[in-house]
Amino acid sequence: MSTIETHTTRVTVTVNGREVSEEVEPRTLLVHFLREQARLTGTHVGCDTSNCGACTVLIDDEAAKSCTVLAVQANGHKVTTVEGVGNGSGGFSPVQEGFRQEHGLQCGYCTPGMIMACTALLAENPRPNEHQIREALEGNLCRCTGYETIVRAVQWAATNGGAGEWA
Amino acid sequence: MSLIGAKVLRKEDPNLITGQGQYVDDLAPAGCAFMAMVRSTEPHARIVAVDTSAARSMDGVLAVWTSADIAGLPARPSSLPGMDMPLIAGDAARFVGDIVAVVVATDRYTAADAAEAVIVDYEPLPAVASLAQALAADAPMIHPVLQGNTVFFQDYTEDLSAEFAAAPRTASLSLVNNRCAPVPIEPNVVLADWGPAGLTVWAAFQAPHHLRNTIAAFFGISQDTTRVIAPDVGGGFGAKINFASEIFLAAALSRALSRPVKYTQTRSECMVAMFHGRAQEHKVDVAFDDSGKILALKVQVTQDQGAYPDATGMGLPVLTTAMSAGCYKIPKVAVSWRNVVTNTTPVAAYRGAGRPEASYMIERVIDLVADETGVDPIEVRKTNFIPADGFPYQTHSPLAVYDSGNFAGALDELLRHVDYPALKAEQAARLADPNAKLLGIGFSSWLEIAGFGPPGSLEAFGHLASWESAQVRVQPDGSAIIYTGASPHGQGTVTTFAQIAADQLGIDFERISVRHGDTAVIPQGIGTMGSRAVAVGGEGVKTASTRVFERAKKIAAHLLEATEDDIVVENEEFHVRGTPSKSVPWSQVAWKSFQPLELPAGMEPGSLDATVFQQVPNFSFPSGAYCCVVEIDRETGEVEIRNMYLVDDCGTVINPMLVEGQVHGGVAQGIAQALYEHMQYDESGVPRTATLMDYLVPAAPDLPGYVSGRTVTLNPSNTLGAKGVGESGSVGAPPAVINAVVDALSHLGVKHIDMPATPQKIWSILRGSK
Amino acid sequence: MGMIPARFDYRQAGSVAEALQLLASCDDAKLLAGGHSLVPLMKMRLVSPSTLIDISGIAELQGVTDAGSVLRVGALTRHRVVERSQVVAQHVPLLAHVAGLVGDPQVRNRGTIGGSLVHGDPAADLPSVALATGATMVVTGSGGERRIAASDFFVDFLETAVGPDEILTAIEFPKRTGAGFGYEKFVRRSMDYAIVGVAVQAGEQPGIALVNMGSVPRRADAASRALASGAGVDAVAALAADGTNPPEDLNANADYRRHLASVLTKRALLAAGYR
Repeated sequence: MSTIETHTTRVTVTVNGREVSEEVEPRTLLVHFLREQARLTGTHVGCDTSNCGACTVLIDDEAAKSCTVLAVQANGHKVTTVEGVGNGSGGFSPVQEGFRQEHGLQCGYCTPGMIMACTALLAENPRPNEHQIREALEGNLCRCTGYETIVRAVQWAATNGGAGEWA
Repeated sequence: MSLIGAKVLRKEDPNLITGQGQYVDDLAPAGCAFMAMVRSTEPHARIVAVDTSAARSMDGVLAVWTSADIAGLPARPSSLPGMDMPLIAGDAARFVGDIVAVVVATDRYTAADAAEAVIVDYEPLPAVASLAQALAADAPMIHPVLQGNTVFFQDYTEDLSAEFAAAPRTASLSLVNNRCAPVPIEPNVVLADWGPAGLTVWAAFQAPHHLRNTIAAFFGISQDTTRVIAPDVGGGFGAKINFASEIFLAAALSRALSRPVKYTQTRSECMVAMFHGRAQEHKVDVAFDDSGKILALKVQVTQDQGAYPDATGMGLPVLTTAMSAGCYKIPKVAVSWRNVVTNTTPVAAYRGAGRPEASYMIERVIDLVADETGVDPIEVRKTNFIPADGFPYQTHSPLAVYDSGNFAGALDELLRHVDYPALKAEQAARLADPNAKLLGIGFSSWLEIAGFGPPGSLEAFGHLASWESAQVRVQPDGSAIIYTGASPHGQGTVTTFAQIAADQLGIDFERISVRHGDTAVIPQGIGTMGSRAVAVGGEGVKTASTRVFERAKKIAAHLLEATEDDIVVENEEFHVRGTPSKSVPWSQVAWKSFQPLELPAGMEPGSLDATVFQQVPNFSFPSGAYCCVVEIDRETGEVEIRNMYLVDDCGTVINPMLVEGQVHGGVAQGIAQALYEHMQYDESGVPRTATLMDYLVPAAPDLPGYVSGRTVTLNPSNTLGAKGVGESGSVGAPPAVINAVVDALSHLGVKHIDMPATPQKIWSILRGSK
Repeated sequence: MGMIPARFDYRQAGSVAEALQLLASCDDAKLLAGGHSLVPLMKMRLVSPSTLIDISGIAELQGVTDAGSVLRVGALTRHRVVERSQVVAQHVPLLAHVAGLVGDPQVRNRGTIGGSLVHGDPAADLPSVALATGATMVVTGSGGERRIAASDFFVDFLETAVGPDEILTAIEFPKRTGAGFGYEKFVRRSMDYAIVGVAVQAGEQPGIALVNMGSVPRRADAASRALASGAGVDAVAALAADGTNPPEDLNANADYRRHLASVLTKRALLAAGYR
């Protein structure tokens, strides 16, 4: 097998409370670091122009599109993915449960990014109205649901525990 | 208690909401290499040379292939003879996105670098970017085998000149059904692993057995060692029934390199490489009388096939013309169609595939007739509807025998939600106030052909058959596993099929699993498309479950020393009717079903296992009535949907939550087609909307909420009574939206506006009126 | 196609001085702040710098300070921080408002005001705020600091007055405490760049600036002068597109853009309290 010689840099990120430290090329996108180095494949890639939001994670508790962030930019920071918002023992976060209760997902591909965007929304605004929910999700595309059931999912979560807690 | 019609939460969701779903790109077998494409940047060009030397010399690059490297392989399956789409373009590239070279490297990043390093020398050829260009006299030709660019032409099926000459009134309409990109959020993804024991392909695909059959034939290998797995699939919308060239290339390269090869389309690639939908132009003539009664209809459909005709794409205008009369009893209908090639991305199935085009056309015609006669659009619809007692109804097309429906009933149900007189009054008041936004009210009474299942219906598109497989297998502990060939990609099939089986078997919903998407696990299968999963596959689950249940009853009767006819099941207990104390639990029946000594005479062990290849005698015909209310900003031309009222008739509802989800999603795509989305090319054939920045898939703030209602007429072709609902919204929504937009502008003499109704188009109309 | 940036060297700068030194020593280097203008271009390989100098850790470029008659906003201040800043909401409310309309929430969490301004995109929102309020750009180079009026800052398509060896370090917004403002952004889809946008700052030195009405962000000069001289909203709005050369694209031709500029100017003026 041939080897690749390239300048790499060490990136250490606390992902869902666990330290992940890897040598990567500086151009490595955070989403690929999460999927391929941290082996957390819940975070998806749906576009290459920062439009779809499928790759949304929390960086220091704020929503970000991990396809538009270099892994080195997250060095030393905390990243939370969809794998990190449940209670860890198979229980769901209120937002996850809201998506299940209100059929806020079909194929599930945009869902992790949606859940993280909704989690960030509820952390900031625990009682958003429909308009605020829709505006807060302007950076996330879903092709299956037509969004109404996602709005209901957020409303469900708002009245059943809010954003929830994570490491 | 029956689970049919119950809101049951999805079995699919726990994995998908926690990031534990498994999509193809999530798989990373040891030694997995990555494939990347070099795609044509030219709409039409002779490929003079492909210089791969720089790419080959890069560390980590395992292979760089051009057309010479695939000389022994056939063209992309589903191509038309003489117009084949090669896996890698050889002498010429025929659309922007055509594959010109393929690279494989040890990682994703190196593969991208290597693709970037391949240098292609193009000699541009004249291109045809539109139907008008393709059909012009002396137009440049794409495929030498054709004289011109028309692949197929069907003249009008009937001469209606006498009817039109005799009619009190006639009108004409030219429509463009805008080209759309399907945009599942997961693009095409494939992982191929060709080892000594055979070939395994994981693909984001809607019909894994169809792909297995095709891959085996393509490589001349045996189906028993060819395995296709469609794991979690991130949306399909018809586009993932197409045989993407990348699938076959990944397999070929895996064989050549003796390691797994993965390919993940980027979105920008997906926009030009994943086949598009719609892309039709219609010329319509209608004859009618002063009451709005339609006397005759002539429809000519011109279908843009893109650069390489596909078998599914060729069928689109067949479906459109078959459904051209919509919900209406039109005495004379003549249809004509032609398929035309252009230097654009090939066109095939996209949610609705040929049927949204038909409903859009006929519903625009209805509003045109209303406008011409001054009769209200509601009345024109009611005047022309096929009556509720008029089924079965043989249309002008041998393909379409409408089986059931109540179109007036659905419209009446819609009008219970819509205060039409109040809206009309508001519309008039706003018109009189120059500072108010304009109001438009649009209706569609739509109907589609779905439930692809009658023998021959899918064979025409290259499938093995049109049945759907279902296997019901009771485990020794009395739980059950359902195996279905209708491989889903978001529909919730795991849940609905478990509901159907639970009802028939008397086994708890929680103890029923549904497996799909793996040709090594599922006996055989066809796939999920054409709103067929429940109407055909679900019916199969019911049939197989019933067979298993009858056998279980026999065993229970034997164990209880009773007659079979007296056995009933409740709470997973078989007991003798009227004697609840005399019972045996399902788990006991299941256990003993494997023990020869416990079985009634003549029964084999393992008999609680039935496989069905479910056939149905006819298509299904979901229908409905939608109303859209729009507001138009008189200064900017911006359209905002204020209300969207939806009444669907999909027959029996298995799970209302999932039905609502399907309707919403289809309606969202329909609104998107009507207001936002349009895959556009410049005059030279270069795509102008090849990213999600330019191709406007709407987000949550851009779409309205929905008010839903329902009517039910049963599907007579299956015992469930279910018709299918996956495509409905995309069929019903576009005409409702455009009818509303035209209604808002009708005081200006506007008769039609093409989709998408962009603010600039509307502003141009408003400005012209001043 | 689309997803993977070309290779580059990565350097971190802990101070402005260090960043300037790195800039001077590397050919073809780019500064990396939030990366939300740069990384998308690098993924498309429209830009492939040999070195990225990450300045996001430079503390002195962060945050908003009240500096008497002006608010000084550090170039690395993220849109989200500007949007939520009480002091910005009080003294330059137009800026807080528009910062909340940039891109989408994820973009606002990462993107910086300096990054947005030096990108010089005529379709971006924030340049219009700098122009309408008469902000001053503070640029640091090896020779020290220089100050550039917003009206002189945007020189060509995606090009500003910041030199290759300079760094935009702060933006000074004159306080407009208590003055009215308006911002109108016309889009087909909420997440998108403006097809046309108009920013209006009321007060003693009123200003009107346009988004996506030419190859550079620009003030609506004639309309701004008319506004200052007390003309009514209709008269001012009619002048909005004067002297512009608007781009043409799938969403709007030049005529439509001129029309939108006028309509949106009127609406922004009304929102700012003019009648």
